[in-house]
Amino acid sequence: MTTLMSGARMLLECLAREGVDCIFGYPGGVTLPLYDVLYEHHIRHVLVRHEENAAFAAEGYARATGKVGVCCATSGPGATNLTTGLVDAMMDSIPIVALTGQVSTKLIGSDAFQEADTFGITRPCTKHNYLVKRLEDLPSTIHEAFYVAATGRPGPVLVDIPKDVFQAQGHYQPVTAIHLPGYKVFTEGHTGQIRRAAQLIQESERPLVYAGGGIVAAGAAGELRQFVELTDTPAVNTLMGLGGLASRHPNFISMPGMHGSYAANMAMTNADLLIALGVRFDDRVTGRLAAFAPHAKVIHVDIDPAEIGKNRAPDVPIVGDVKRVLAKLNKLLAESGAGDERVAAARRAWWNKIRGWKAEHPLEVVKSDSEIKPQHLMGEIDRLSGGDAVVSSDVGQHQMWAAQLIRFNEPRLWLNSGGLGSMGFGLPAAIGAQMARPDKLVFAILGDGGFQMSIPELSTVVSCGLPVKIVVMNNGYLGMVRQWQTLFYNNRLSGVTLDAFPDAEKLAAAYGFKGKTVEKPWELAGALEEAVNEPGPYLLNVKVTPEECVYPMVPAGGAINEMVLGPPQPVAVPK
Amino acid sequence: MLQVISLLLENKPGALMRVTGLLTQRGYNIESLTVARTLDPELSRMTIVVDVEAAQRQQVIKQMNKLINVLQAVDLTESPAVVRELVLVRIRTQQETRTAVLKEAEIFGGRVVDSSTDGFAIEMTGDPEKLGEFVDVMRSYGEIEVIRSGAIAIALEAKKLKLQPPVEPGAGSRGPGAREVTV
Repeated sequence: MTTLMSGARMLLECLAREGVDCIFGYPGGVTLPLYDVLYEHHIRHVLVRHEENAAFAAEGYARATGKVGVCCATSGPGATNLTTGLVDAMMDSIPIVALTGQVSTKLIGSDAFQEADTFGITRPCTKHNYLVKRLEDLPSTIHEAFYVAATGRPGPVLVDIPKDVFQAQGHYQPVTAIHLPGYKVFTEGHTGQIRRAAQLIQESERPLVYAGGGIVAAGAAGELRQFVELTDTPAVNTLMGLGGLASRHPNFISMPGMHGSYAANMAMTNADLLIALGVRFDDRVTGRLAAFAPHAKVIHVDIDPAEIGKNRAPDVPIVGDVKRVLAKLNKLLAESGAGDERVAAARRAWWNKIRGWKAEHPLEVVKSDSEIKPQHLMGEIDRLSGGDAVVSSDVGQHQMWAAQLIRFNEPRLWLNSGGLGSMGFGLPAAIGAQMARPDKLVFAILGDGGFQMSIPELSTVVSCGLPVKIVVMNNGYLGMVRQWQTLFYNNRLSGVTLDAFPDAEKLAAAYGFKGKTVEKPWELAGALEEAVNEPGPYLLNVKVTPEECVYPMVPAGGAINEMVLGPPQPVAVPK
Repeated sequence: MLQVISLLLENKPGALMRVTGLLTQRGYNIESLTVARTLDPELSRMTIVVDVEAAQRQQVIKQMNKLINVLQAVDLTESPAVVRELVLVRIRTQQETRTAVLKEAEIFGGRVVDSSTDGFAIEMTGDPEKLGEFVDVMRSYGEIEVIRSGAIAIALEAKKLKLQPPVEPGAGSRGPGAREVTV
């Protein structure tokens, strides 16, 4: 039984079959046929105010739920505007499907109005991409796109659809099978290697779990928790992995890396075994690679074979889904029982050492009597969240302070642009997250720079009735760049001063919701509570100490145990 | 060092772009690249020679294998394989050097494909190194023009091709590990 329908209708049939309930998009000439069928379809369309934000919002949706996020743009400028979000999703392994309109097949290659080579442009921005030139290929392509986006190492997939394919009429027959003979995903992990890993873990005197975004993507938080409890192994979560092990868990140390904690970086440096789970040994984590975890053997579990051995050669490579591998590992470890007493004594000493590092240089909520310290702001947000709110962050200093000081007791609460570091991510991602999780308290923590990249989306927030709490950490600078100029460029502040910030109360009022500016530390808690208690959205502009720098900091090219723990003397730049 | 890679890929639009784009993106230099259909018209065989550090060789293969249109990527650098290339040489000869040029061509197993009073066009196949020697010798006789085809290679031991079976639409919603495959 087949039904005659247009390509646009077929597309929506396929989306509905994939469980899509919401599309973030921006229409245009060639997607008119699609929008015409959306008019009466149950799938909700969220009109963003810039296509880049459609991609970020789809990411926010995907990051907050694990489901595939969907964004949509027209040909030419619509499609090119999506690319930052696509690369962002690529770097952080976020499953999104981007649908773009294309000029009609007969016009492709003629430099037609709003034509761009979207297929060519987005090849390096996506896990896979498609240009659908024939209506009969459309349904299978859409299902393939969702399948590729969500499985293996997740990522963005783009489907470019010409206008005449949307318009063409054809018999729709639901797809029964996806044929991707060359799409290789290894999930199970090599049994022998898993056994070797178990043995190394039992023999290790100073083991450390180094867990990343792979734990979140695989839904392996339960298995991770079981693992650290079974082995009483201390754990660090990377920027992408925060919430993978609950911040409140006694085995959780904190985040390692360039702005990681002293304890996390010292533990990395002194461990004799790194159990690397869904991580990619990113340069922001490892610092100078040659000096990274120099005493450690490495067990590396990742679903992407190309990540294994890319930056650090592991002693035990395990290609597989970290959820399944951990389940098998846990089973082996549970069966084998307690290790010998010598190892147990060494482990106790290891834990004491880590506790010592934590006590020596804790990540602290710094406060002042006269100014709001950025750390104070994050501490207050943490208090209100209690490890339970969704926090969507933009990129820069505030992102680092938030990652250091806000607790996340579950995965998928901390949303940030980790790999690409895209400013302008925070607000649209919060929109996507709040759409997906309407009952959750969602904070968008932004710098005054990133916020000004996202101001147009305030109308999306209002139009969709989203109660997002927008907190601008306002230091009047592009703070992270300013920090580097201060520390490494003789404090010659060049192109980083953000003056003429709008009046937050008036700005919010212009969009029809409440806003406020606070600058005194004693006003902060009350103002944040008011924001949280407000039923609708809220814009809180928090003026913080302008010159504050994020510490600890590992200078570029340094080893991660060579942290700068507080304000140093400015360093001269070699001529 | 030079790495010889043999790729079996789906003959789909953009497949070539994915391969060359990936090599560029990851910073590998392409020495040569040849591509043509296989017996199965839906598949293409590509032989790529890239210049990479030895430590990066495995990484190149892994990245190639991640491409969805690539069914198989094999490193033939150190495994038993025959590598061949075709060269076409046009050489201008004087009356007195013609015999010597023909003799040299014969020694190298070259074949004259065109002869005129100005000189010869000679084709020769062989491993890329031997072609280099041939070209050097020809150059010593006078002005030449050289066109090389790029290497093609065939493995001497068949490597089993494992294709992934079809799956149901929506299978992705079961999470990243939804797909079961044989390793």
